[in-house]
Amino acid sequence: MLEILNLLKQYGSLVAVDYLNLKIEKGEMAGLVGPDGAGKTTLMRILSAILPPTSGSARVAGYDIIRDAEKLKEKIGYMPQRFGLYEDLTVLENLNFFSELYQLSKKQKDEKYKEVFNFSQLEPFKDFLAGNLSGGMKQKLALSCVLLHTPEVLLLDEPTRGVDPLSRRDFWRILFEQQKRGITIFISTSYMDEAERCQKVAFLDKGRLIAYGTPKKLKEIMNEFLYEISCDKTREAKSVLEKVDGISGISIFGEKIHFTLREEKLLANIKNKLKDTGVEILNLRRIEPSLEDIFIFLKQDKIEIRNG
Amino acid sequence: MNLKRLLAVSYKESLQILRDIRVLIMAFAIPLILLILFGYAVTLDINNLPLGVYDQDNSRESKEFVESLVQSGYFSIKDYVKNYKELETLLEKSEIKIALVIPRNFSAEVKSGNKIEVQTILDGSDANTASIGSGYLSGGLLLFYSKIAQADNTPAIEGKIRIWYNQDLKSRNFIIPGLIAVIMMIIGALLTSLVIAREWERGTMEQLIATPVKSSELIFGKLIPYFLIGMIDLLMAVVLARLLFKVPFQGDYLFMFLASGIFLLGALGIGMFISILTKSQQLAYQMAMLTSFLPAYILSGFIFPIFNMPLFLRIITHIVPARYYIKILQGIFLKGNGLQILGGEILLLSIFALMMLTLANLIFKKRLPE
Ligand SMILES: Nc1ncnc2c1ncn2[C@@H]1O[C@H](COP(=O)(O)OP(=O)(O)O)[C@@H](O)[C@H]1O
Ligand SMILES: [Mg+2]
Repeated sequence: MLEILNLLKQYGSLVAVDYLNLKIEKGEMAGLVGPDGAGKTTLMRILSAILPPTSGSARVAGYDIIRDAEKLKEKIGYMPQRFGLYEDLTVLENLNFFSELYQLSKKQKDEKYKEVFNFSQLEPFKDFLAGNLSGGMKQKLALSCVLLHTPEVLLLDEPTRGVDPLSRRDFWRILFEQQKRGITIFISTSYMDEAERCQKVAFLDKGRLIAYGTPKKLKEIMNEFLYEISCDKTREAKSVLEKVDGISGISIFGEKIHFTLREEKLLANIKNKLKDTGVEILNLRRIEPSLEDIFIFLKQDKIEIRNG
Repeated sequence: MNLKRLLAVSYKESLQILRDIRVLIMAFAIPLILLILFGYAVTLDINNLPLGVYDQDNSRESKEFVESLVQSGYFSIKDYVKNYKELETLLEKSEIKIALVIPRNFSAEVKSGNKIEVQTILDGSDANTASIGSGYLSGGLLLFYSKIAQADNTPAIEGKIRIWYNQDLKSRNFIIPGLIAVIMMIIGALLTSLVIAREWERGTMEQLIATPVKSSELIFGKLIPYFLIGMIDLLMAVVLARLLFKVPFQGDYLFMFLASGIFLLGALGIGMFISILTKSQQLAYQMAMLTSFLPAYILSGFIFPIFNMPLFLRIITHIVPARYYIKILQGIFLKGNGLQILGGEILLLSIFALMMLTLANLIFKKRLPE
């Protein structure tokens, strides 16, 4: 449904998308995760055929992003990161405008409106100006507008950013409903908990795809042992850990340090070294990695996993 | 192009226009204010201009001439004087704006049908009024001439001396057609320069270009409401000109609306072109101001007569579309000209409109800027 081949996008000397390869199957929900500036928006725009890549190619819903850009647009629903509807038009006027652009028949329109009002709960607000809606409602309206023509692929660029948790849950409920109908969804997010809900997750860092797979598979990438330690002097502890051979990744989560260890038996050695420097260990335990751990682990370039 | 989609764009744009007070003001209030302002205040026509007369001839003919000036309503005789010195004093005290000296041979020249010359002395401190007054004076002289000519039935000179097109010498009659051209530019270029740029600035363009809408549907769809606004303004201007300002209208209304439609399309084309090019409202507005509105205002002959301009400006006026449009309007309003006479101008404006609209369609890409 969505296939990306050696995609490169440069802005001058800046590489926003770095020779990216990715394949998403029909009906899958894939998450695109990465920090700000990773290239998520750039990638989404290229896939929506509104931004030409520097080189490489991609097919979305069976159409090439360059050769068949306009046909592709009939088959996709793209939600830009920034709200793209008309704030000075009402909810209904926005819906009407987009259903005309997608050339819906009267019958299709009636059916679709019923459906989107049903899942978005926006009917009571249909005569409100879009600009007066709450953030969550705006996003639901935007999603409604790009679902009117029953697209095969949804490309959503951080649709839940800055939206309250309740609306976020609502939004995801709608997404799952759409997925059940066979729509392929590619959604970028900076929330790891959202990534966990996707069938596949793509990690993007500085334009490079550093990992792609099911959340479960991604966690198996870490064939090392992940420990969490809390102690009284976090900073000192970190500098000690950095010098230990066999520790391949260290990251600080508030008061806690996560680190990965190649061999379990090195643990005793570490405990001793910390005691020698006067660091008191409050708690040290092995934990299951979260997606965030994986992401940080991968980002540190200790190992590199290419697509496939 | 798909008509349904095009109309959807027009409808959406119209809703936005109706909800944006700034656009409404620019679309309707400013043209109305300009019309009233220019129609009344800038009625450069001056009534009862105080005139001092030094009649050296003192003949029946010279008295008739002065009488005809008074009859016109533009002048009122402040004083008859006996020498230049007195005229000077009157001018100095600003009791008169303009002094008229009728030469000794006036009646003789009139009788022999020769070119008559009178001397006028103007109050330089109010050059505007004075020069308009002097214009009226020479006009009055011509009128007087033609009266004599008709009375004497001497057809030989009749052709030379009739004031043809603006017989009551009202500057308003020239100004209103020029003003219509300026108003069309406000709608066409200034207002339209904002329409595409606005969508880029508000982020709605990114959503729009990801839909199957075609560039031409977008451009023409957006043009339609502005075209209608322009036509409504034109109607408003014509109604005011006819009913309120009594500007004569000799030509064909349908022809005027058609010609104006062509000019308006060209103006809309420039606005659109600029808007697509700049993607920023402020920049687009400034560019439209510089490339369209100001030339229409300054270089079209509307305010400053073209024949008075330095040569290089005169050359530039040839690429100012408003110049041709004003010529068309004045031709239709005052002379009743039709296609036979104005065909060349109409053709130029058509080429211009076609060029701008094509250009706008060519440079619009459903792509994000790099
Ligand atoms: N139009 C542009 N011109 C130049 N650089 C850009 C442009 N758009 C994005 N970038 C750069 O490309 C990189 C990726 O940006 P973006 O795709 O917006 O990342 P994300 O959506 O993950 O935050 C950033 O470094 C950003 O500054
Ligand atoms: Mg982004």
